[in-house]
Amino acid sequence: MSSPSDFDVAYIAKLARLNLTAEETRLFQAQLKNVLTYVDKLREVDVTNVESAAHELARFNVFREDKARDWFTPEEALSNAPRQANGLFVVTKVVE
Amino acid sequence: MTKTDLPALTVADLQTLLRRREASPREVIEALHERIATVDPQIGAYLSLDLEAALKDAETVDVDLPLGGVPIAIKDAISVKNQPCTCGSKILRNYRAIYDATTIRKLKAAGAIPFGKTNMDEFAMGSSTENSSARVTRNPWDLERIPGGSSGGSAAAVAADEAICALGSDTGGSIRQPASVSGVVGLKPTYGRVSRFGLVAFASSLDQIGPLTKTVRDAALLLGVMAGVDPQDPTCLDEPVPDYADGLDCDLRGVRLGLPKEYMIEGVDAQVKAAVESALSHFQSLGADVVEVSLPHSEYAIDVYYVIATAEASTNLARFDGVRYGYRAEKTNSLLEHYERTREEGFGAEVKRRIILGTYMLSSGYYDAYYLRAQKVRTLIRKDFAAAFEKVDALISPTSPTAAFKIGERAEDPLQMYLADIFTNAANLAGICGISLPCGFAKSAEGSKLPIGLQILGKALDEARIFQVAHAYEQSTDWHIQRPSAIEPVRNAQPSKASEFQP
Repeated sequence: MSSPSDFDVAYIAKLARLNLTAEETRLFQAQLKNVLTYVDKLREVDVTNVESAAHELARFNVFREDKARDWFTPEEALSNAPRQANGLFVVTKVVE
Repeated sequence: MTKTDLPALTVADLQTLLRRREASPREVIEALHERIATVDPQIGAYLSLDLEAALKDAETVDVDLPLGGVPIAIKDAISVKNQPCTCGSKILRNYRAIYDATTIRKLKAAGAIPFGKTNMDEFAMGSSTENSSARVTRNPWDLERIPGGSSGGSAAAVAADEAICALGSDTGGSIRQPASVSGVVGLKPTYGRVSRFGLVAFASSLDQIGPLTKTVRDAALLLGVMAGVDPQDPTCLDEPVPDYADGLDCDLRGVRLGLPKEYMIEGVDAQVKAAVESALSHFQSLGADVVEVSLPHSEYAIDVYYVIATAEASTNLARFDGVRYGYRAEKTNSLLEHYERTREEGFGAEVKRRIILGTYMLSSGYYDAYYLRAQKVRTLIRKDFAAAFEKVDALISPTSPTAAFKIGERAEDPLQMYLADIFTNAANLAGICGISLPCGFAKSAEGSKLPIGLQILGKALDEARIFQVAHAYEQSTDWHIQRPSAIEPVRNAQPSKASEFQP
């Protein structure tokens, strides 16, 4: 297992699209390093030839009928939008 | 029986009254409203009420339906059409659900009336409800203490008779632990027993919806309605649903109960330990055989849990991007800034911590070391349970290592908070079912009475069995009848109009 010493909160926050304040970055770095050191205990377990877990009672090939049915109207789908216009979600400009 | 006594009733007793026409569904909603108006200013269990719709439903409901006219409080992570669904988060503060979760659809079809949404740790991440962005919820047994979490609002509402029954969700103990420390019954069904459609996802391989109630019978009644296959949730099991309530009475003679030796460890409060040991002797006096069993990988459960839960949460919470619904940061100059600031301003500290942790564990080069390894150890934990259930019918343990702790006591130390779920999260990892029910009281240093919970775990789809064991214990003890004395109803309070109720 990789060492928690290379754990860099500021870099991970970028990956998670999450802005952090300097104070949060400092605090989380310390708190989460503690948690990572704690879960490092999993290294002790011999998992040779152990399969990864899935659903306790596995279900396979779960299908439903491929049939049109009533679902949300465009108005309903847009009803919680922070900004909308002409039946569309409005976001910050992404192209020049 | 006067109208003011109605909120204290169980589901089963309320149904009897309603079917004898000795109370009307409307009177029940009104009585609950009055109780909430007088008690909730102290408890803080609710985030929103929709009493106008509830009163309308009460006028037309058929009381002979399985749950006809029974009001039910809903954790604010479960979608009820046209009601808020905030998950205790600023990022969903103005969100209204546009559809019913499958459990809500089934409950409504059975005549139940979902009338209000209860407080919770933000996105169900926590064990004290302190992580709610909306308000503090207090334990009805001691107002200085936490009601447990994350379904703390539901547990407190049932304990304070502000609800007849409630729904919660359990990812690592979020139904059982609050039930335990608030002195009510809470069931986490087998993974796949109840549809997750319409539950805001936290960790998809662990989440289940379940009931919080005043008695085991009520939990059985609710599960009977909620359980069953759902085409909207492919992980939901296509298995017959037994009549859980009908099969409750059972002779415990010859029933084998296992005490996992790894669960009576150091760190378990002495009063909790004593209560569980006395419950075990009580089971023996009822004729059950109690044997010691071993779950050798128990000590890794909490580590496996925090790897899997945070990894899955970090992907599930990626959907909160401020585009289609929810909070959006203002005046952003690029899409990247829009995402980063919306999530910065919308999420609270614990949610951010878990997103960071989960993103790290799933990032390139770390997946095998953390998530994959944890999933393999999870297999070993499952095998432990499978081996134990070869020998016994159910497992007995404390639900939580301590009674309710004080508000603020563990807020600064996430790791200490995580340890509150040390006995509950293995059941989520293994996908099995578990129930918590009252088994005694601890006395706090200040002299208050604090409920202690007993956890009974059963193998997958064996809810009927753990209901029987729990019911036999409950009906031969009186813990579940005792009510909290900490609440002093506000005298002469005028119930607010439904539309005015803004916690």
